[in-house]
Amino acid sequence: MAKKESTFVNMVLTLFLVCGIAAGALGYIYTITKEPIETAKKDFLYKQINVVVPGADQGEIGEPIEKEGLKFYVVKDNSGQVIGTAVESFTESGFSGRFDIIVGFDQDGKILDSNVLTHKETPGLGDKMSKDVAPWNEQFKEKDPASYKLIVKKDGGDVDAITAATISSRGYCDALQKAYDGYMKFKNEGGIK
Amino acid sequence: MEYLYIIIAAIFVNNIVLMQFLGICPFLGVSNKVSTAAGMSGAVLFVMTLATIITWLIYTQVLAVFELEYLQTITYILVIASLVQMVEIILKKVSPALYQALGIFLPLITTNCAILGVAILVIQKKFDLLQSVVFSVGTSLGFALALIIFAGLREHLDLINVPKGMKGVPAALLVAGILALAFQGFAGLVKI
Amino acid sequence: MSNVKTFTNGFIKENPVFILLLGLCPTLGVTTSAINGLGMGLATTFVLFMANMVVSMVKKGIPDKVRIPAYIVIIASFVTIVDLAMAAYAFDLHRSLGLFIPLIVVNCVVLGRAEAFASKNNVVSSMVDGLGMGLGFTFALTLLGAVRELLGSNAIFNIKLVEADGMIVFVLAPGAFIALAYLIALMNKLSKK
Repeated sequence: MAKKESTFVNMVLTLFLVCGIAAGALGYIYTITKEPIETAKKDFLYKQINVVVPGADQGEIGEPIEKEGLKFYVVKDNSGQVIGTAVESFTESGFSGRFDIIVGFDQDGKILDSNVLTHKETPGLGDKMSKDVAPWNEQFKEKDPASYKLIVKKDGGDVDAITAATISSRGYCDALQKAYDGYMKFKNEGGIK
Repeated sequence: MEYLYIIIAAIFVNNIVLMQFLGICPFLGVSNKVSTAAGMSGAVLFVMTLATIITWLIYTQVLAVFELEYLQTITYILVIASLVQMVEIILKKVSPALYQALGIFLPLITTNCAILGVAILVIQKKFDLLQSVVFSVGTSLGFALALIIFAGLREHLDLINVPKGMKGVPAALLVAGILALAFQGFAGLVKI
Repeated sequence: MSNVKTFTNGFIKENPVFILLLGLCPTLGVTTSAINGLGMGLATTFVLFMANMVVSMVKKGIPDKVRIPAYIVIIASFVTIVDLAMAAYAFDLHRSLGLFIPLIVVNCVVLGRAEAFASKNNVVSSMVDGLGMGLGFTFALTLLGAVRELLGSNAIFNIKLVEADGMIVFVLAPGAFIALAYLIALMNKLSKK
């Protein structure tokens, strides 16, 4: 096969053409996958909100309100009564860096339930933070962080850490605390409407 | 302090090679001698920092503004490939001595997934420009550390009698495994 | 070389992972479970297949000096397509593979096959080669994932075999290196016979 000669003009032209076609094709694919991606993300998030604020699927989940890196979703039942608020929170100190969690609070600031959103933690250890894997995070249910110390027992708090995954457990507590602090501030500023 | 945390986390806790498995190809490919390992590390430090700055600017100033985030992969790889070419040409003209030292490693860097990985990671972690620079410097120092230790170990490995099937790559991978085990000890060192 | 031979070549004799030692980053990074290995393998297979096909179709029109950048653009386009499609239709898998999807671009297997095979052969055998190499890669990743999952979490394809904690080290980073080391040694032994 004869190799095509490389002149300046045809090199520039070829690259330009290739990039143009690629960008065009991607733009097209992007427009058709945009909606399914958003639906998939939303479905996933709403499923998780329903886990942490039970009954959310019967009622109405508000638009996300962002504050200081946290996201708040006010959940109301059919009659417009607020049944709880889901908070997307995170920690930077997981076993492999940042991970995100979601927590539901009732009106008094008690934890309804919580779960992990991103899972990058080690399978078999840190991933036990997730409800799909282990019942570990059930212990936070019905706890009021005002009196319940969100620190693992090893460090003098009230939380049973996951065996052999203290770092992940600490991270989870850190994310919960962040969510609680943010939620109280959000509530006191009258964010729940 | 925050920057110090980022650096320490990037070098030890989340070591790019031994914990995140990026840049394995050069890790296995150029780790026969300590001197080549050092050369490769220098080239990576240089290109990674430069690439992270440029791609960060492109992402935040162009792609994010025009909602073209889906073109991230394609733009990044083009930027990195042309950056490597440019660095090669400029080095050749400006500093032949440095070119002599780093030259042969530069073409290999285009396919070093650590570069692209870090460029994407700083966006995912929502770092600002200075944090990104610090992170990429830390990461490349971590890469250098892993690569140079590993090269040192491999130099000794050549002198040892290993079973036939384990010779070469399998033995090297085992050593890498043990090294990774040692790095596990750094987990939880940094609390932010 | 006949197409059958091209196909089996990629699968066994020139297996990208075990023999050619290409694409080791995703190989080690995502194989914490068999299902992740399979997903990553199939995503890579798609990119390999499509990139090989397109490269062999357009090879005559591309000037020699800019062929590598042109190939990279073609590969990056297909990677983005996989990325978007997975986010839309396989959300959970997309979440667990994360960063490694865009990194298919720099997987040496893909560019290597485009340059070494597709740029010299006709469309049909390039497609066969892409498929063979891709499935070989998938096979290697699934095998490694299965071994690590079995030893590390006592499970296979998420089905728990024994209700006990496994040898955690195999799902952690060191286990990836160690498991791969023994698999390659085993392949060396088998291929010598």
